[in-house]
Amino acid sequence: MDAILLITIVVGGTAVLSWPLGRYLRWAMDPLSLAGPAGRFDRLFRAFGGRLCAAQQDWKQYCSALLVFNVVMFTLAFGILGLQQWLPLNPDGKGALEGSLIFHTAASFTSNTNLQHYSGEVHMSYLSQLGALMWPQFVSAATGIAALTAMARGLPGRAQMGNFFVDLQRATFLVLLPLAALVALLMVLGGMPMTLQGAAKVMTLEGVEQIIARGPVAAFVAIKQLGTNGGGFFGPNSAHPLENPSFFTNVVSTVSILLIPMASVWMFGRIVGHLRHATVLFAVMLLLLLVKIGAAVVAESAPTPAFAGLPIAQDTGNLEGKELRFGAAAGPLWAVATTCTSNGSVNCMHDSLNPLTGLVPMVGMWLNATFGGVGVGMINMFLYVVLAVFVAGMMVGRTPEYLNRRIEMREVKLAVLAMFAHALFVLGGTALFAATAWGQGTLNNPGAHGFSEILYEFSSASANNGSGFEGLGDNTVPWNVATGLVMLLARYLPILLPLAIAGSLARKRASSASAGTLGVDTITFGGMLLATIVFLGALTFFPAAALGPVAEHLQFPK
Amino acid sequence: MSMILTSLRLAVITVLVCVPGYTALILGFAQLATPHTANGSLLTSADGEAVVGSHLLAQAFTQPRYFWPRPSAVGYHAAGAGGSNKSPTSTDVTDRAQQLVAAYGATSDQPLPADLAAASGSGLDPHVTERAALYQAARVAAARGRPRAEIERIVRGLAFAPGGFFAGERIVNVLELNRALER
Amino acid sequence: MARKTTSLFAAELVRPAVTASFRKLHPRTMAKNPVMFVTMVGALLTTLCIPAAGDETGFVLQLALWLWFTVLFANFAEAMAEGRGKAQADALRRQRSETWARRLRDGGGEQRVAATDLKKGDLVVCETGDTIPADGDVIEGIASVDESAITGESAPVIRESGGDRCAVSGGTRVLSDRIVVRVSAERGHGFLDRMIALVEGARRQKTPNEVALTVLLAALTLIFLLVCVTLRPFGAFAGAELSTPVLIALLVCLIPTTIGALLSAIGISGIDRLIQRNVLATSGRAVEAAGDVDVLLLDKTGTITLGNRVATDMVPATGVEPAQLADAAQLASLADQTPEGRSIVVLAKERFGLRGREVAAPHATFVPFSAATRMSGVDFADTGGRGRKIRKGATEAISAFVAEQGGRPNREVLVAAEQIARRGGTPLVVADGSRMLGVVHLKDVVKGGIQLRFAHLRAVGIRTVMITGDNPLTAAAIAAEAGVDSFLAEATPEMKLQRIRDEQAAGRLVAMTGDGTNDAPALAQADVGVAMNTGTQAAREAGNMVDLDSNPTKLLDIVEIGKQLIMTRGALTTFSMANDVAKYFAILPAMFAGVYAANAGSPGPLAALDVMGLHSPQSAILSAVVFNALVIVALIPLALRGVAYRPAAAAVVLRRNLLLYGLGGVLAPFAGIKLLDLLLTALHLV
Repeated sequence: MDAILLITIVVGGTAVLSWPLGRYLRWAMDPLSLAGPAGRFDRLFRAFGGRLCAAQQDWKQYCSALLVFNVVMFTLAFGILGLQQWLPLNPDGKGALEGSLIFHTAASFTSNTNLQHYSGEVHMSYLSQLGALMWPQFVSAATGIAALTAMARGLPGRAQMGNFFVDLQRATFLVLLPLAALVALLMVLGGMPMTLQGAAKVMTLEGVEQIIARGPVAAFVAIKQLGTNGGGFFGPNSAHPLENPSFFTNVVSTVSILLIPMASVWMFGRIVGHLRHATVLFAVMLLLLLVKIGAAVVAESAPTPAFAGLPIAQDTGNLEGKELRFGAAAGPLWAVATTCTSNGSVNCMHDSLNPLTGLVPMVGMWLNATFGGVGVGMINMFLYVVLAVFVAGMMVGRTPEYLNRRIEMREVKLAVLAMFAHALFVLGGTALFAATAWGQGTLNNPGAHGFSEILYEFSSASANNGSGFEGLGDNTVPWNVATGLVMLLARYLPILLPLAIAGSLARKRASSASAGTLGVDTITFGGMLLATIVFLGALTFFPAAALGPVAEHLQFPK
Repeated sequence: MSMILTSLRLAVITVLVCVPGYTALILGFAQLATPHTANGSLLTSADGEAVVGSHLLAQAFTQPRYFWPRPSAVGYHAAGAGGSNKSPTSTDVTDRAQQLVAAYGATSDQPLPADLAAASGSGLDPHVTERAALYQAARVAAARGRPRAEIERIVRGLAFAPGGFFAGERIVNVLELNRALER
Repeated sequence: MARKTTSLFAAELVRPAVTASFRKLHPRTMAKNPVMFVTMVGALLTTLCIPAAGDETGFVLQLALWLWFTVLFANFAEAMAEGRGKAQADALRRQRSETWARRLRDGGGEQRVAATDLKKGDLVVCETGDTIPADGDVIEGIASVDESAITGESAPVIRESGGDRCAVSGGTRVLSDRIVVRVSAERGHGFLDRMIALVEGARRQKTPNEVALTVLLAALTLIFLLVCVTLRPFGAFAGAELSTPVLIALLVCLIPTTIGALLSAIGISGIDRLIQRNVLATSGRAVEAAGDVDVLLLDKTGTITLGNRVATDMVPATGVEPAQLADAAQLASLADQTPEGRSIVVLAKERFGLRGREVAAPHATFVPFSAATRMSGVDFADTGGRGRKIRKGATEAISAFVAEQGGRPNREVLVAAEQIARRGGTPLVVADGSRMLGVVHLKDVVKGGIQLRFAHLRAVGIRTVMITGDNPLTAAAIAAEAGVDSFLAEATPEMKLQRIRDEQAAGRLVAMTGDGTNDAPALAQADVGVAMNTGTQAAREAGNMVDLDSNPTKLLDIVEIGKQLIMTRGALTTFSMANDVAKYFAILPAMFAGVYAANAGSPGPLAALDVMGLHSPQSAILSAVVFNALVIVALIPLALRGVAYRPAAAAVVLRRNLLLYGLGGVLAPFAGIKLLDLLLTALHLV
């Protein structure tokens, strides 16, 4: 009962908050008029960016600018991580990092994945945490918001999609920074550490020395959650009491995870000028989210199978890998929220979730469009929309059209390419590592669960999620290189391809809607879209799911 | 080329604003408004001399006279935290649970509360359920030679529902509980 | 090509289709269809696995057999569709073989040449009994022509030089008289030739939507290939050795073979269905565009109205007996052979029992209608010497006539005429000398049932625009009666063209019919231009379809066929994908029944996924493959006929098709596979 209440308040509350934020995002990212503050910001950002900020960019120029900036982001992060042992703000004297780990970490944070093969309090100096890890959490998230803005501009026919350098600053300074400051202050008030002092050395009551790692956690966590980054300050991420001290900070975090991805949908609807369509998309995403949350909460309320037969009171559900201060439903709720969006922070250990519960986060990452990452989640959803419109359009007996523009060979090709890439990264990567010692030698659990660990890792990398079945010994050269490459490819392909589709659509002649054209703002279309998402996901990943979590679940009869 | 320069320029600007600027703002606020929690919620001993731990972090308690926290996969290592990451179907988890059942002397009449058998996510969960604390009250009372009712009263006094109505299972902070015993 | 509806699986179609199914196994042919190509490669690999199959030989042999059947069934579907088109093309071609032409030499005189040697611009002579050797325009003479070879219509038609009836088609026969024809299309390039090539599939190019769908299907194939390829290491990790034939079986079941097999059959049969309605399309693209049409420009005459105005009422002036007016009107119309004139005679007869009289020439002189006078009538040379002049015609013309005869226009009659015009009728004022007798009300008769068809069109979002030469008042009245959405009155060909451009600029696709040479630019501009076969060669060349029946109402059928074509593709794609769920539940448990078993030999956890309770792993896999193959055959009729089409709004159509082909596609194979499993087990095939 209290679980239902908590879910309703958190999800429903965030959905409500996302509406005004969506309005604000539209104002901030694509102002209708440059009068007043919008114009002042616009001039400021153009001044910051210099000459290149003056011109409008078509989709190719926009993508080039996006890529170049991201290369610079990667290089800077790579540089700081590689040199941390010689750089300042290193009170605990953290040493040099291994090469493939540097590559992996830089790729991970540039791609908004934040898959961590290191442990923050063990490996990273404060400068690395702030410069190489926190800064990309702002600008990689801003990259996603900018990309969605550009795509949304293109769809109603603006072949000139804006200016990436301006959009990046809008997203960073007008959206992420103020929200992060607000959330960080709430976190501070919730008892989260925010200090530049090094680790504290204490003598416990029993007289044992305990070294307590701490740091500028609150600032870090705020942007980690808001930008669907998920890279934790500490190894156990938001399960760590210093990274998530109370029920209150946990609720604020969960809301922060969902907030901008939800608002992105409204922003999209406002920019393309079709709020009813956005409402249908939002409803489909919300439905998927709630179904997944429900499934996870139910599956996780089952007792820990390993305790069967022992004199252990099992009325609290599976507590392995969970923290008590968040309450029983908070773990599965977060696990679903963090994987539906491509956040990837965790407040319980996903590796220790009941098998079927563990399947739900994987489903979230396979679909990757239940609100999804900031900006990019809506972009991924657009790919599903293209396919749904194509098939549904045919079923009503017309050449398929989306927002009055025809979906033809080029659009279908680009959309399915992105879908195929995701399947290839997840299934191909898993196959390679399941068949070799690269994967087999790094497992923390035997049998089907071990398979799930590999499957989860590649799903997480390809979905730019960042969570993991963290028992996996993934700080090895093969894991670092393979998932590093997957993260980068899986980040930029699903941004570039949809922008190319939008660019292609923008150039087409717009047709006019009639009763015979497929409305993308109807419940029926919502059903079609839902079916498309579920079917594509299920058909692609069903065998893998069967051999991993499902097999493990069925192995343990009630 | 000009795109690279523009990107560099924006990288510098965003770094300056988002790293020193933003961090300083939050840091300043935290150190002024909530200096205790901002520095890790460190607790001092009863005499106020030594730092004994963090309010937020579990520490190892093995002696019968103390309440014991939840099992930690990392030995309560607060500079390298983590969970067991074992599957809940794992025989390792069963083995560990069996040891704990033995250590607590649990029987089917007096089953062990699950949180005392399941490792926490961070390995540093500072809480146990109120039930788990009460489960240990008899042992602590015996070790300390104090009436069990008194110990139970201390437990009940410190227990709270972390999320009020939204997360009703009452929990208690083990370090605070043990410090209360020392007073 | 008479309108004969051959039964779907007539023996004369099936036999050649069977042989063609094998001929189409050529890799170059197969490569055009990625889904079926993968299936064929799978069948080939499975066949190669037979020798090494050991004690599974029987099973693998059956798998291989059914995989080959899957490919052959797909080829058969395509061959059937082509065969139906070809049967009609052959009929056409028979008419045109062995034709000789009498070509006029530049210097005069004739030359006998083979029709195949004719060049564009050549002049040929055709006399009674000659077959017209090529498409062309009559430049001299008039003849009755038997066009039944093309239209199936046995009544001869008149073809004459000049005007809108000058086009003749190669293969038709002159029944009487002599005409000179200028060849407008070389042999092999006439629209019939293009059409034949199209139905035969020889030069059939994939339409844009078909190409896009092929890309989608290829991508799905690729994804499922990935799923199956990675399944081997996945299985190995779990301790299951998966054999190649079993993986191929899974692959073929997953990839969209149903739609892949039927895709080209659907496209061909769309064109074929048009032909059955006597409409020739010059490209598959045009058929598809017909489904997308937003606006129909319809000529009023012939499409919306019966074509001729009919006298429905007579309004006498005060003091004039109705019979008197009727008599005068009838007299004025006796020699008038136009339908309007005849209808006046008929009305007078029906209403007042006045019989048409033969009026002898010495007494009466008939004054025919001319564009200059805008009236017609009759003059009697009276015995008294005073002539009697009866006239009927347009209001202004008769007013002028009456004034000329020394009378004054009757205000009352003028008002009546005005009222008739306002109600959409055509007033015909009748005057006897200087006296206006009254008005005849000529009315356009709207075709029966046309309102309902327009309502259907409106339901699917298509607007209708009536094109008419009438004045706006008349046009508005007829438009209201017929239920069209808007009209273009006093239309000229230029206005028509402009209207098409305007609609297109607003993002709408336009379809129209036309026949005259001055329609050609508009036909070319329209997205779907249907030329009437009776029309000029220029019109027929400009449009992208020709209606052999020259029935403008056919445009509505064409739109429906276009929609049905695309709808069938979408429905079968959905069905194909929905089928995969059951196939997974059949094959995956069969593959992994033993993995992670508590002890060797006992069923493992994944055996629980066998929700259908199939007999054995082998029977499960085989049943899925057999189902997959048979469903292609089962759906051939649907592909050839198209899914049921009922006009409704897009959301309604989508909901219906989604339930039928989506939900149905999920459920049907569960039943089908279970039944096949029972059957295969009963027959001891596994």
